[in-house]
Amino acid sequence: MSKNEAVLTGEHFMNGDVAVAEGALAAGCTFFAGYPITPATEVAERMAERMAEVGGIYIQMEDEIASMGAILGAAWGGRKSMTATSGPGFSLMMENLGLGMMTETPCVLVNVQRGGPSTGLPTLVGQQDMMQARWGSHGDYGVIALCPNSPQECFDLTIDAFNLSETYRLPVLVMSDEVVGHMTEKVVIPPAERIQLVPRRHTPLPPGEYRPFEPREDLVPDMVAAGENYRLHVTGLTHDERGYPAVTAPVQQRTVPRLLEKIRANAERIVRFEADGLEDAQVVVVCYGITSRVARLAVDLARGRGVRVGIFRLITAWPFPERAIGELSARVRGFVVPEINLGQMVHEVERCAAGRARTLHVGNAGGSVHEPETILAAIEEAAR
Amino acid sequence: MKKQEQAAGIPQAAEASAGPAAPATTAPAPAAPQHPKDRLLRGDRLPHIWCPTCGIGTCVSSFVEAIEASGIAEERFAIVSGIGCTGRVAGYIKLDSFHTTHGRAIPFATGLHLANPELKVVVFSGDGDLVAIGGNHLIHAARRNIDITVICVNNFIYGMTGGQCAPTTPYGARTTTSPHGNCEYPFNVPHLVASCGAVYVARWTALHVRRMKQAMVEAVQKRGFSFVEVIAPCSTLYARKNRLGTGYDLMKFYHDNCEVRHGADTSTVDIGFQERIVVGKFVDLEKPTFLDRLNEHRERRARKD
Repeated sequence: MSKNEAVLTGEHFMNGDVAVAEGALAAGCTFFAGYPITPATEVAERMAERMAEVGGIYIQMEDEIASMGAILGAAWGGRKSMTATSGPGFSLMMENLGLGMMTETPCVLVNVQRGGPSTGLPTLVGQQDMMQARWGSHGDYGVIALCPNSPQECFDLTIDAFNLSETYRLPVLVMSDEVVGHMTEKVVIPPAERIQLVPRRHTPLPPGEYRPFEPREDLVPDMVAAGENYRLHVTGLTHDERGYPAVTAPVQQRTVPRLLEKIRANAERIVRFEADGLEDAQVVVVCYGITSRVARLAVDLARGRGVRVGIFRLITAWPFPERAIGELSARVRGFVVPEINLGQMVHEVERCAAGRARTLHVGNAGGSVHEPETILAAIEEAAR
Repeated sequence: MKKQEQAAGIPQAAEASAGPAAPATTAPAPAAPQHPKDRLLRGDRLPHIWCPTCGIGTCVSSFVEAIEASGIAEERFAIVSGIGCTGRVAGYIKLDSFHTTHGRAIPFATGLHLANPELKVVVFSGDGDLVAIGGNHLIHAARRNIDITVICVNNFIYGMTGGQCAPTTPYGARTTTSPHGNCEYPFNVPHLVASCGAVYVARWTALHVRRMKQAMVEAVQKRGFSFVEVIAPCSTLYARKNRLGTGYDLMKFYHDNCEVRHGADTSTVDIGFQERIVVGKFVDLEKPTFLDRLNEHRERRARKD
């Protein structure tokens, strides 16, 4: 055990779900509420074990609705908090995810995606919740969603998710998948002092002067916790800067656009992707999560056959890298978008390409990853 | 009140008849009258949304008095509500207060309490919110003995949405969605939470303001899951739909038909339509809380290491 029990500095052999849990602990998460669900259960199991070691709280709630509600409450109690689930549980969490968006509550929600709809494929892979991540709860709000493609990234991106949630004050989504979650690989955990953490943006103002929903220059309001004598009011109703309900069109029209704008205006700082071979590319494969690893193989095979193809891996699915895809579309012939669903992120690529480049979707209803050959065939088709 | 206004040179009648064009009189406006509980209420949110003769305001008054009488520092309190008429309570109490989603006040409160056990977390919500859509959370919080207080204002009906049938609506009562009389059996709420493990369970009505307050004091002082049900009049919907008269008539009904029975077997306290209502303190026992047990297990584990 290292000196800092929350950060297991060293080299490990662990699966993606366990790495998510370790990333959360390294980020300072001390509250986890969850409900067992395949293939995300290992996150909860690890947390149940490790929270005892770090003096944090693990609670198994009665369902995913309660899990999401509890992590919001814990955030307002001053903790960094997280829950983890998969498809059916993700659907149940949409209600309180919306409350988190409306009340600008920092926390992290991990979805280890499996095949759907409904109970679908509990033990098998899917990437079918990508649009639910963007639009799942009712009403308008901005979203940050990260897509790890390895256990190492499960660790790293969970830390990033906590930092982003604190910076922009919203629940941040980690959109893992069954294969990444259950894959065991080397994970390097750095020394605690090398891990950059964003603390809660606590107001410098005293009670009386502080207005809980008055945004700063970056469009994000500062926060306080319950018990600090600020006598704060927080509601899921449309509210004014004091946090008081104000169910009127004018307040709605200045409050809700900010929930999107705080992400949109800061998108260049938030958006992350990994690109390779774009310099001479005629075709670009846009991919994420486990599919990016199969796509890498297909791209290498295509390159071997002389096709000028590059790879563009989304690390943030949301916000989507609109500018980068838009610019690429002006100089490539086509995009190939493999994903384990029947067409989700491909719509974003099409939107950003705006007809300037052809977009080919390589769908997969779920249950297994793609065969590299199917992606290769699409690459060759797009290059023609 | 009248005397004060006249002294300040603003006769009541003149103010009412002057109309919008009348300029302010030369005398300074009288200081806004201070309510003795202003310190704990958000006066800047008035007027509130509740109907005349609604029982929720009475519950809030008793609760505010209970906070003062509890001996617990005000800033330690956090109020969590769900959705509905009673769900609006959080918004009127000048303490850290959270107005959450429908039925989900208890999970939110669970997270808030466990994140900072120094807080005194009180869930203040209605019967529809806590017992229907939030019923699962209610029984599990009681089972875990989470150290929070739940105040359930039970007016037998969904008020905010206009008078629909609830799982607490007495058998036979009319609502907009049981126009021919409710054909379902209602929950016996004290029995439900007591059988799930609540360590403090009391029921009073909006008529019993002092005993309600005392129950609230005992509930917030109690370690563990404490529950106070308050039967409250909804004259606008429940009384009107059932031709029971005004809020006054409902209070008179409570006066004539409540039976104080401390320590009653909760299986006997179910409520029939316009039948006697058993009130009192039903359960008051000691039991380790969720956190007590969690810490106990961790200490045991640490000793083994």
